[in-house]
Formats: sequence, structure tokens, C-alpha cells
Amino acid sequence: MSRGRRSVFSAALTAALALVIAFLGIPIIAVFTNTSPSRLVSSLGEPAVRDALWLSLRTTLASLAIIIAFGTPAAYLLATRPFRGRAIVTTLIELPLVLPPAVAGIALLAALGPKGILGGALNDADIQLVLQTAGVVVALTFVAAPFYIRQAQAAFAAVDPALLDASRTLRAGELRTFIHVAVPCAGAGISSGIALAWGRALGEFGATLMFAGSFSGVTQTAPLAIYAEFSRDFPAALALSGILIAVSAALLLSVKLVARTSVLGGAPGA
Amino acid sequence: MRRAIGASLALAASLSSCGGSDSSDHLVVSAASSLQKAFEAYSGAAGFGARQSFGGSDDLAAQIRQGVTPDVFAAANTSLPDQLFQEGLVRKPQVFATNTLVVAVPKDSSIDSIDDLAKPGTTVAIGAAGVPAGDYAREALANLPSEEEKAVLRNVATEEPDVAGIVGKLTQGAVDGGFLYITDVLSADGALKAIPIPKSIAPDVEYGVAVVKGAKHPDAARRFVSGLFHGKGAQALAAAGFGPPPT
Repeated sequence: MSRGRRSVFSAALTAALALVIAFLGIPIIAVFTNTSPSRLVSSLGEPAVRDALWLSLRTTLASLAIIIAFGTPAAYLLATRPFRGRAIVTTLIELPLVLPPAVAGIALLAALGPKGILGGALNDADIQLVLQTAGVVVALTFVAAPFYIRQAQAAFAAVDPALLDASRTLRAGELRTFIHVAVPCAGAGISSGIALAWGRALGEFGATLMFAGSFSGVTQTAPLAIYAEFSRDFPAALALSGILIAVSAALLLSVKLVARTSVLGGAPGA
Repeated sequence: MRRAIGASLALAASLSSCGGSDSSDHLVVSAASSLQKAFEAYSGAAGFGARQSFGGSDDLAAQIRQGVTPDVFAAANTSLPDQLFQEGLVRKPQVFATNTLVVAVPKDSSIDSIDDLAKPGTTVAIGAAGVPAGDYAREALANLPSEEEKAVLRNVATEEPDVAGIVGKLTQGAVDGGFLYITDVLSADGALKAIPIPKSIAPDVEYGVAVVKGAKHPDAARRFVSGLFHGKGAQALAAAGFGPPPT
């Protein structure tokens, strides 16, 4: 009786998983079955497609550099130095994770647009962001930074405090401890944070369109090019989508591989 | 398996329509962004309660090509409805309104002619190629001396997917000028002003509408279309600044 019930339960679980796989997987597969591999490759030769991919690569790498440079020390502070209001700060930093992209775009315009609260100051400093490649980097950084900072903060928090203390007692100093002990120990978490932030930045659409506009080679990243091509050339839009799916899958897979090697290798010194 | 997927999709569909009455009772209209104000007024006044989606006419046409079937398709040009008709996707299209392409600028702008858009350092927003507003703008520019046309196109800072995007870039001060319809400027509540484009270079802007083949509400769709010519639809279009169809 109970065995029969258990097998019914297992069957229900399997059916649910099959449904989930079908629902999430079929649209992804359809992108590739709707376009021939040769069409996918030949669309890579089109200038609009190449421009969009090249721009996406440049802008996402620039925003990643900014996110890592400022996000790493910020995450280290949040993870290692308890202070009053830390929960509020963490919530504020994580907010862009759940914000609709259109809200991010409006918020950036309200802050950094020509009529935004900092618009006058930016103009005085002769800094142009709106409708410029720099504006794309700003939009990508805004939406992607929380993905990195969250992962890095968790990774730093998981580093054994005894290791940091030992380093300090050996007179390594705060900075050397950070660079030579904390960062390497948190390496796996930091790497997966980079991959997740990169994936989010690559997919950014709404905030970029609202804040930076859409112009081929200047602000039209791959997702914007997909939207532009949707009405003009559906196969080209499919081909670009296929490329983004492949890149995103590679990023996600790299996160999993990094996580696995760190589990197998064990934390250094642990 | 297939039945299970179907059941899940049906569940999703029924959940998404909860709160309102059954979505299949509503007339579904896909229309150019520039028609939004007029069509919302029309649907309300005439009691259609239509589910309307507004966007770039080219994107809406692409959706229909991908198998999306609204009841009515209204575009900011005649070529998209004509193409869909040739492809057997819509019934015979009709021209139901005209509009006027203008140079739109923020209300306090010093720009006062299309020639000013050619000045170095001026930034311009334009519809993307394939978006009717963008195609009309390029048509007008092609009638300018070639040097001036190139100078304006060099100043283009963004190619927007629909007129709503151009309005947003102008009202936020992100660009100095843009190519819009007079109706967009009128519905921006005084934030923008329109600078006429000389008649000699202005394109003819005609709007086409068609009932979509496979429409679930063909009768309501036909009533909606005929109301655009006489009655509440024609009134709403005139109130929004559209011209009557050419006779």
C-alpha cells in the first residue's frame, strides 16, 4: 500500500520535472531548430550583428572591470566588519536585482539624465552619458553589480576568520591580508559572481534602451539589436539569440565547474 | 506529455485572465504607437472595451507574421498592411487617416527649422529603419540637399523602436530634436512643440487598417474599422489631430 503510494509520488515528481524541462527547454531549442546552422554562421558576417556583439563585449567587460574594482572591497567590508545598518545597506545594494529594467532606466534618467538630479553637475564636468556608450556601461553596471557583490560578500563571509587573524599576527597588514588571503580563499565565490554579473549585463535590455538609446555601434547592444531585427529580419534575430544563448550557457556552466572544483579541492588551508 | 503541457498552458491562460471577464470576449487591436491616445478614447467612447497593444507598426506586423492574431491591425503606413494582405494574413486594408510628420523639439528649444538639425553638435532621435516614423523621416531627409541630409543623419544619436521612445528621449532632454507626427506633439501636453517640415519635402503619411484573418471577433472588428470612418472613431482621430483619409 505504502509502496504503491510512494511509486505514485515518484511518478508525480518525474512528471513535474518533465513538464519543467519541456516548458523551459522547448523555447531554447526552438531558437536553434528555427534557423539553420549555416544561417547562424552567415549572420555573424552581417555588420549590424558584428557591431552589436562587439559592442556588447566591450561594454560588458568595462562594466565588469568597474564592478570588480569597487564591488570587491565593498563586499569585503560588508562581510567582515559588522556595523549598524548593515542589513539596510545590503538591502539597498541588492535592490536592483529585483527591479524591473524599466524602473532601472527611469531611475537612471532621474538621477543622471540631462534633467536628473545630478544632470547639471555631470554637464558642468562635461561628462556625457545619455545616448553614449558610457551610458550603456552605466546601465549595465547598475543592474549587474548586485549579482557580483552578493556572491563576493557571501564568499568573504565564508572565509575562516582564523586565517585572516593568523595572517595579521604574521604582520601581513590589512591590505596584504585582503589581497593574499581573503581574495584567494573567496576565489570560487568571486568567480561565480563575475560570471553571473556578466550574464546579467549581456542580457540587459530595458534600462539600456531607456537611458542609452539604440544606435548601431554606439549603444545598440546585442539584445537591442535582436529587438531591432525582430521586425526586419527574423532569422537574423534568431541567430543573434542563438549566440547569446550559447554564451550565457557557457557562463552558467563555468559557474558550476568553478563551484565543483572548489568543493573537490577544498578551501585552501581548510 | 503533450496533454500535460496543454493543461499547464490552459491553467496559465486561465490564471492570467482571472479578475476580469474571459479575455476571449474582448476585441483585440494591434495599433501603431502614434494611435494610442485616439484609439483608447475611441474604444472607451464606443464601448468596445478592446484589449489594445501599441508598438512600432513593424514589430506588430512581425508578430502577425509569427502567428499572433489580433482582430484588427492598424499601422502608421499603408505598406505594412498591404504586405500582410499580399501574404494572405489580413483582409483588404483601407486608408483611414492621415498624419503630418514634423520636427519635434522641447518647448523651450531655440531650434526653429529642419535645417537647424544639421548643425554640428545637435542631437537627433529618429525611428529605426522599418518603423514608419523612421522611414518617413528618412524620406523627408532624402528630399534635402545631399550634404544637409548627411549632416542631419550624422547627428542622429538614437534609433528608437517606436514614436513613444522618441517622445521620451525629447521630454527627458536626451536629444535636441526628433522626427514625430504632429499628433504625438499634441498629446505630449505642452512639453513639446512642432516645427513644420516644408510641404515640398514632407512625405504623405497615411494610416492603413485591416481586419486580421482568423480574427476571433470578426463582426466587432468590422464595426471597429467602420467606426474609424464615421462616428466615434473618426471623432477621436480628429480630436487627436489626425486628418481624414484622402478622398
